[in-house]
Amino acid sequence: MDIVVDQITKKYGSQKAVDNVSFTVKTGEVLGFLGPNGAGKTTTMKAITCFLMPNEGDIKVGGLSIWENPDEIKKNIGYLPESNPLYLDMPVIDYLYFVSQLQQIPKNSVRNKILEMVNLCGIEGEKHKKIGELSKGYKQRVGLAQALIHDPKVLVLDEPTTGLDPNQIIEIRELIRKIGKEKTVILSSHILAEVEATCDRILIINKGKIVADGTSGQLRKNAQGKEILRITIEGSDSNAIFKSLQKLEHVDLVDFLSKSDGQFEVQSKPGTTSRRDVFKLCVDNGWFLTELTPTETKLEDVFRELTMN
Amino acid sequence: MKQIWIITRRELGSYFDSLLAYILIILFLGFTGFFTWLFGGDIFYNKEASLATFFNVAFWTLFVFIPLLSMRLIAEENSSGTLEMILTKPVNEWQLVVGKFLSVIMLVAIALALTLPYYFTVWYLGPVDHGAVWTGYLGLILMSSAYAALGLFASSLSKNQIVAVLLAFSLIIFFHWLFSLIATNLKGLPGSIISYLSTQTHFNSVTRGVLDTKDIIYFISVTFLGLFLSELIIAKRNVTES
Repeated sequence: MDIVVDQITKKYGSQKAVDNVSFTVKTGEVLGFLGPNGAGKTTTMKAITCFLMPNEGDIKVGGLSIWENPDEIKKNIGYLPESNPLYLDMPVIDYLYFVSQLQQIPKNSVRNKILEMVNLCGIEGEKHKKIGELSKGYKQRVGLAQALIHDPKVLVLDEPTTGLDPNQIIEIRELIRKIGKEKTVILSSHILAEVEATCDRILIINKGKIVADGTSGQLRKNAQGKEILRITIEGSDSNAIFKSLQKLEHVDLVDFLSKSDGQFEVQSKPGTTSRRDVFKLCVDNGWFLTELTPTETKLEDVFRELTMN
Repeated sequence: MKQIWIITRRELGSYFDSLLAYILIILFLGFTGFFTWLFGGDIFYNKEASLATFFNVAFWTLFVFIPLLSMRLIAEENSSGTLEMILTKPVNEWQLVVGKFLSVIMLVAIALALTLPYYFTVWYLGPVDHGAVWTGYLGLILMSSAYAALGLFASSLSKNQIVAVLLAFSLIIFFHWLFSLIATNLKGLPGSIISYLSTQTHFNSVTRGVLDTKDIIYFISVTFLGLFLSELIIAKRNVTES
């Protein structure tokens, strides 16, 4: 089930929370939604789940418009809101039963569905407790269980791993990857490593506008531009090596990382690589090249560059 | 329809789980029983097989209890954010509002059903005007509907339950007294219009055993007005939420 977001704009008063945003998510794709606080991630998600109607534009989920068939769309969406609101006075099992009824799960499969969710989300020991008595992590699991219970074709998860312990985070990521193969998943997160580990595609949004769209590899490549190498050369005086490195054809900048160990950072000229030159230099002079590592631009840097202005 | 019933059942369950339902039912039976059988103008003092005293006390008890029952209905969902959770399920605003409204009415109906032994006892003691009793019960249900819908509207306006209950009291007091008070000072058409808007006028005529369509239409209109306004307030998040 595809999600097509078509030029939506949402205003809160005079402030545009989402400004003319368009994107498409295909079935089997896991889309990671990144952005600083207040960038419009949650607002976009609320619009997709038919909770907030945009001021302009349209969203189609599986070909149905949010303006014409919100009730049909809601049946196909599993949504975990950011604040994970739950009825705190209800026992976990009763709550899941209530949700499964609202989602119109056939009576004969309700029991199995609830047990399946209890096992999947690891709330076996907590199922008879009231939700208000659970810790934050367990509440988050209940929130996931209610989003997944009706086997939705589209999953919208607003920061799904907040409050979970590291083991549970890894489990949830694996779960998202697994279900993401046949479903359409949109998830937002502040944790860049998480988005990188779970998502096929990343969308970075800032001040209500999309500023980047692509796989994590593509985003890095676009931001990178210049090749940066970390090299260590032994066998001669550091200053002499420094001077020879600067004379190389494709080298733009050389910097000492550690003068005593002979470690340098070498920036190549745009669009070129100086790896061969460095190697040749060492061979010609009889130096020992003990390290040559291309440094990758981290997603953090890409994110900072795109959203800090 | 099914969604409405699912919501009603959850709300009703929540009243009983939180003991609120038991406390209010016990207080309701206590008050009405005390004044009907034991104290003041009770049945033995009047020496008349009539439930007029009962209806009077039941009315006042419900007048106080209904805002207390309805105050949390939407205010709580507003403050905890569960409104977002429930409205992103296949439920629309109208189903939510009606479901919650019906849970209050069901609870009132349960409380009233528990007073049926009073009716049978009085019937055993002497000749009862059966018509007056049944229209009396109907009147209580109709009045409860109108006030529950107004209470629900008050609840939808706030995140704070205390604010919601105070608003609800102001609204129903307005409907109950102020309209009839204003009406006494006005003559002619405006007077009769405002008098028609007063709940008191209609409730009195129903408890006298006179079942007029005019009164029924009045209560049903106020109920729908309350429900409709609540729906409007919940849907308003799309226009001005900040």
